[in-house]
Amino acid sequence: MISCKPIGQRLTALFLSLFIISIVNTSAQDIAAGKALFMSKCAACHNVLKKGTGPALAGLEERGKWADHNELLKWINNPAAYMANDPYTQGLKNEYGSMMTGFPDVTLKDVDDMVAYINDAAKPKVAEGPVVTEEPKDNQNALIFGIISLILGIIALILMQVNSNLKKMSDDSEGIVRPDPVPFYRNKVYIAMASIIFFVFGGYMVAKGAIGLGRQKEYQPEQPIYYSHKVHAGINQISCLYCHGSAWDSKHAAIPSVNTCMNCHKAIVTYEKGPKLYDEAGNEINGTAEIAKLHAAAGFDPNNANKWDPSMIKKPIEWVKIHNLPDHVYFNHSQHIRAGNVQCQSCHGEITAMDEVKQVSELSMGWCINCHRETKVNFNYDSTKGNKYYSIYEKFHNDFKSGKMDSITVKDIGGLECQKCHY
Amino acid sequence: MSQKKYWQSFGEVNDNENFQKKQQDEFKEELPFEGFDDKGLIDAKAPRRDFLKYLGFSTAAATLAASCKIPVKKAIPYANKPENLVPGVAKYYATTYVQDGDVVPVVAKVRDGRPIKIEGNDLCSYTNGGTTARTQASVLDLYDTHRLRFPQHRVGKGADAKFEEVPTFEQFDKMVGEAIKNAGGTTVLLTSTIVSPSTKEIIANYPGIRHVQYDAVSYSGMLLANEASGFGRKIPSYDFGAAKVIVSLGADFLGTWLNSVENAKGYTVGRKMDEKNPSMSKHYQFEGYLSLTGASADERFTHRPSETGSVALDLLNAINGTGEITTKSIAAGIKKVAEDLKANPGAGLVVCGSNDKNVQVIVNAINNAIGAYGKTIDWNKPVNYRQGIDADFAQLVADMEAGSVGTILISGANPAYNYHDAAKFVAALSKVKVTVSFNERMDETTELCEYVAPSHHYLESWGDAEPKTGVLSFMQPTIYPLFKTRPFQTSLLKWSGNNTDYEVYFKNYWTGKLGSEGAFNKILQDGIKEEAPAAAGAGTYNGGAVTTAISAIESAKKVTGAEVVLYQKTSIGTGTGATNPWLQELPDAISKATWDNYALISMSMAKEVLGLNLIDGSEKESNNYEYYPQKPVIKLTVGKKEVELPVLVIPGMQANTIAVAVGYGRGEKLGKTAAGVGKNVYPFSSFDGTTISYHAAVTVADAGRKEKIAQTQIHNSYEDRVEVVRETTLATLTKYPNTIPDYRHHLEETYGKSQDGKTTSYAKEGTLYPQHEQPGIKWGMNIDMNACYGCGACVVACHAENNVPVVGKSEVLRYHDMHWLRIDRYFVSDDKNPDELKGVVFQPMMCQHCDNAPCENVCPVAATNHSAEGVNQMTYNRCIGTRYCANNCPFKVRRFNWADYTGADSFGDNQDQQLVGKLDPVVFQMNDDLTRMVLNPDVTVRSRGVIEKCSFCFQRLQAAKLEAKKQDRPLKDGDAKTACQTACSANAIVFGNVHDKDSAITKVRAENTQRGFYVLEQLHVLPNVSYLAKVRNTAEIIEPEGHHGPAKTEHAAGQKEEKKAEEAHH
Repeated sequence: MISCKPIGQRLTALFLSLFIISIVNTSAQDIAAGKALFMSKCAACHNVLKKGTGPALAGLEERGKWADHNELLKWINNPAAYMANDPYTQGLKNEYGSMMTGFPDVTLKDVDDMVAYINDAAKPKVAEGPVVTEEPKDNQNALIFGIISLILGIIALILMQVNSNLKKMSDDSEGIVRPDPVPFYRNKVYIAMASIIFFVFGGYMVAKGAIGLGRQKEYQPEQPIYYSHKVHAGINQISCLYCHGSAWDSKHAAIPSVNTCMNCHKAIVTYEKGPKLYDEAGNEINGTAEIAKLHAAAGFDPNNANKWDPSMIKKPIEWVKIHNLPDHVYFNHSQHIRAGNVQCQSCHGEITAMDEVKQVSELSMGWCINCHRETKVNFNYDSTKGNKYYSIYEKFHNDFKSGKMDSITVKDIGGLECQKCHY
Repeated sequence: MSQKKYWQSFGEVNDNENFQKKQQDEFKEELPFEGFDDKGLIDAKAPRRDFLKYLGFSTAAATLAASCKIPVKKAIPYANKPENLVPGVAKYYATTYVQDGDVVPVVAKVRDGRPIKIEGNDLCSYTNGGTTARTQASVLDLYDTHRLRFPQHRVGKGADAKFEEVPTFEQFDKMVGEAIKNAGGTTVLLTSTIVSPSTKEIIANYPGIRHVQYDAVSYSGMLLANEASGFGRKIPSYDFGAAKVIVSLGADFLGTWLNSVENAKGYTVGRKMDEKNPSMSKHYQFEGYLSLTGASADERFTHRPSETGSVALDLLNAINGTGEITTKSIAAGIKKVAEDLKANPGAGLVVCGSNDKNVQVIVNAINNAIGAYGKTIDWNKPVNYRQGIDADFAQLVADMEAGSVGTILISGANPAYNYHDAAKFVAALSKVKVTVSFNERMDETTELCEYVAPSHHYLESWGDAEPKTGVLSFMQPTIYPLFKTRPFQTSLLKWSGNNTDYEVYFKNYWTGKLGSEGAFNKILQDGIKEEAPAAAGAGTYNGGAVTTAISAIESAKKVTGAEVVLYQKTSIGTGTGATNPWLQELPDAISKATWDNYALISMSMAKEVLGLNLIDGSEKESNNYEYYPQKPVIKLTVGKKEVELPVLVIPGMQANTIAVAVGYGRGEKLGKTAAGVGKNVYPFSSFDGTTISYHAAVTVADAGRKEKIAQTQIHNSYEDRVEVVRETTLATLTKYPNTIPDYRHHLEETYGKSQDGKTTSYAKEGTLYPQHEQPGIKWGMNIDMNACYGCGACVVACHAENNVPVVGKSEVLRYHDMHWLRIDRYFVSDDKNPDELKGVVFQPMMCQHCDNAPCENVCPVAATNHSAEGVNQMTYNRCIGTRYCANNCPFKVRRFNWADYTGADSFGDNQDQQLVGKLDPVVFQMNDDLTRMVLNPDVTVRSRGVIEKCSFCFQRLQAAKLEAKKQDRPLKDGDAKTACQTACSANAIVFGNVHDKDSAITKVRAENTQRGFYVLEQLHVLPNVSYLAKVRNTAEIIEPEGHHGPAKTEHAAGQKEEKKAEEAHH
């Protein structure tokens, strides 16, 4: 449903992605690869500049035997075996309490890339340019048309009055006596027209209002912790599934539990480098204070980080649910994102650009159905691509081969049927 | 000339015309408008002004309700999410259903921490994944609001006595420990049958404890007889699958005798037919009343319950060729059975439900004579289902009375309710100084105990069961205990000075026995461990006890008057199912009655005692009896004990026999579901010094009043259409194999010709409507009526899977039952004499998912329509409740939510209003927050005013398809199974994709063309549920009337129906 997306948001997204790409492009290609690897493999425990579950990685080549990347590779591939003969890593284990997880699939090239990224990230950064976002121009055209119509309407009214006055003057000058003109507010034609307009407009508004009952588009509640998706999923490019992993397996996308948050926030205790954060009212948000709220819920003391473990989490955080479907609707996330290859953004909007999340889509039945009409399924048009589940649709295979169908949409496989979502 | 007739009620068989008139309305009730009379709207008591007032008020109310703010919903994640748990994805844990010796290995479906559905464990070879109705319903027991929630002790005496909570188990242990120490005397542990090896060890290690096992319905006659016959005090495994001739002397082995799942699984081997080589096992049933098992028998012989011994003796004599047959009324039958058994040496099996040691000794002699031992009876694998000995318990009661028992600990047993002389037990119990109960509920015995330490439900427990030698089944908790309860084994351990918890003890016990933790975990994961199959053991038979047994039977007094026999229902059992709303609402297989017990009487007794002539009586008599729920009440007197019960007249009963189900008439403290439902008839049983007898001579008198019984069968009518059930005999099928295919051929020829006459297609040409296309999957179901014995496991499974509401007795009485799946029971008899029962047919009936569904084109809002997978869909949120669809459904499978049974409505007081009436307490119990935890979150909870019906478990189909898509593969046969299908222990239901040429459903339809039929095929509704005709294994030949298959009457009816259907289309 790309077409639904407001232009402003798309511009924001475009700008953001250009911005990010430009940062990345300033360095060599291997730094980008290294960053991706670092984010996926190391970031859960390591930070470049700060101690986390494991040591800060800045300047790692100056420690241990890590100047030799082959040694580093051996350590990463099989920490247990390496540690047996290496006093330095044994010391690390004593200091941090646990041994590093092994990554047997990491290659020497990967290590080179990651070290390049770490060295790059450790350098003091030049101040980053401010992120400029454009205000979305909702309904701007409608407003312009409305104003024009209003002006034209007023001109028409004035002209009609002028016309009748001129006529009266000419009648007076010609000596024709006519009854006093009825004022426009008693003019039956005007009254009739006004009431027709009133009923049509009123009826439209009532119907629209009734249809909209219970719908919550643009719903943007205040959450117990100011959590910015822009900072997490946008700037830091954390995969949606890292936190909402159950969307891959389950009907629920599920909000991550506190221990998932703490995987990173055990190390990240302050909000420093990101852009300034503002709430809807424009008040500045203290990011570090928001992280502290998480730590409070987790029973975590940043000064005593090593003592903490997930069993110490005191209570779950009561987030406010934004996307609500009625009880009689069955919606399954894994069906859409895993079997249907739908991007999260298709329904949730440019989540990577939102600080506080709001409901972008209508989540109405018409909205669902429209997408089901247009979206093509991952059909196995030939043996090399598509989902083999669809191999049983013999008729469609034949029709596709004979050219009767050019694609198979969700509608064709029964995606508009009531019981696909209501049972 | 065929005189066979299928009928559901006496009205239908005796006075069909009037019966049909009464049955015309789909919804029999008047609409609930008061005071409209016939005067029209304006003159009605609620005139125009009132109408406007209500209109104005409701508009204003709706506006107010609609303008309310949308409530803020919270999304609260785990604080610390367990690693392998995904919210919204169900997990399955193997565990074991254990209830007083009944053992069924199961798999519990746990969704977001809540067990919501029980499935059979497929890894278990002797149950093959089958379940019983009670197993299916056991998950609801977990959320029973009347479970005991904490340890308690009784304070005060007499009327002021009440139970007070003991804050911790430590305090409780201290209290009880001191009490036991001070009590002196012996300590007795009274339990129902214990099948757990680790528990037995705990008991053995309890210093000085005396363990007495007590079964509510005893098998001690069998245990003692087997001991006398040299096999030891055991019960063998019965292999019904290996038997070609099965003879049951009053044993309800498909319903409640020993393990019905195991029996039904074996029995089905001989009942499923291969039509290329038609053969079946032969099942003879001797009994006094019409039991569930008797209903499936090929030939039934009725005799008095007191004659079981002489029938067994006659049979033994007939086999041995000695003596004379004394039971003259069925002499021919006994001779025939004896011949048949002799003709099949080593392939016969005789089972007997009597609890008389002497009778069982004779049965053992018969089995020995026909060579059953080592073939159909396996002594290498004795079963542990029942171990109680009646005399042991009688001795215990005597000891208690004498005051030599200081402490009694009770677990599972409930003699204050189900002992034949409960008053004696209660008096004896009051002489015991320390009384402790571990029962889960405040049952009749627990009420009288001083200390109560409730145990966990089995879904909260660790544990083990050894149902038979060589089979081990584990229990593991599927949910954290809901209440402050504790396994009774832990209490025993603590009080015997061993300070370990049972879960630790259990693990250590098995890790030690199995050798490693890995082996322990393996069984825990599989749920079951079985030894490799081995040849059946013959044991060593010793006929020494036969002579005494013969003389005891011959000297038994003959009863001349009426007799009463006690039986168990598959739902309530011995009474343990009484607290379960699903089970109370499950219609009994034979009587189709819910929420009650009653006296089943024969037609001749009805005439004799009540003057109710259903055999050849006046035209209205049978209709009046059948149509109104008020049934005459009779007074039964056995000795000094009297019970008044309403009657149900059942064909095929022995003339002087009355049958009453046990398990009803429970105590007030068990909750509204059980209390006040039916009467307790355990007092009719008696103890003869050795065993308890469950039949007695009885005096019958008309009580002169009527009581209502809530039956379900008569709620629906097929309007005299006769092609609903198809049933035949093996001889007929062999002689005329093409009766059913010919009928279909006839339909093709008559209605299926295309306009140019070149092609025929019944599906395409017989309709004005375009055909529905199914480009991918087309779901279909087949039900083998030969393998349906009416047990009701599927009905309860459907309840659990699809959130089908419970409506209570008052609503069933108003024909408002909500079952999506019902099992219709048809009696087969001669046209002239309904009492000459030839057989009974059970037909599971649910939405037939017609390709040409009559319900679809009458819905004004298109709330029901057809899917591309051949499923007839029902969209609740679209339904406005016109009920046109239900009226137009020829199968009467649509159900209307007359009231807010589920509490799903937005307005709270919908369950209690003048117009609809206040719903039964059980509905409110089912809507308790605790009970609602059993709901399946994938299925909508329907609110008032909408129609609902079978969806083919659509949520399961969707889940299976999604799983296949995720794995990038086509759907495999068996990926999608319906709840009724998995519940069935006889695999009567096959479900799958009809378009898949290799699927089981395609195969079963292709391989059973002679028996395969669709219900009401001539209506051209094209159902997607097919049936296989029921076949009785008899030599009777039913001559077809026309050359082309069906009898002429059916043919004519077919044409008439076709016209009707077409008119409806126009």
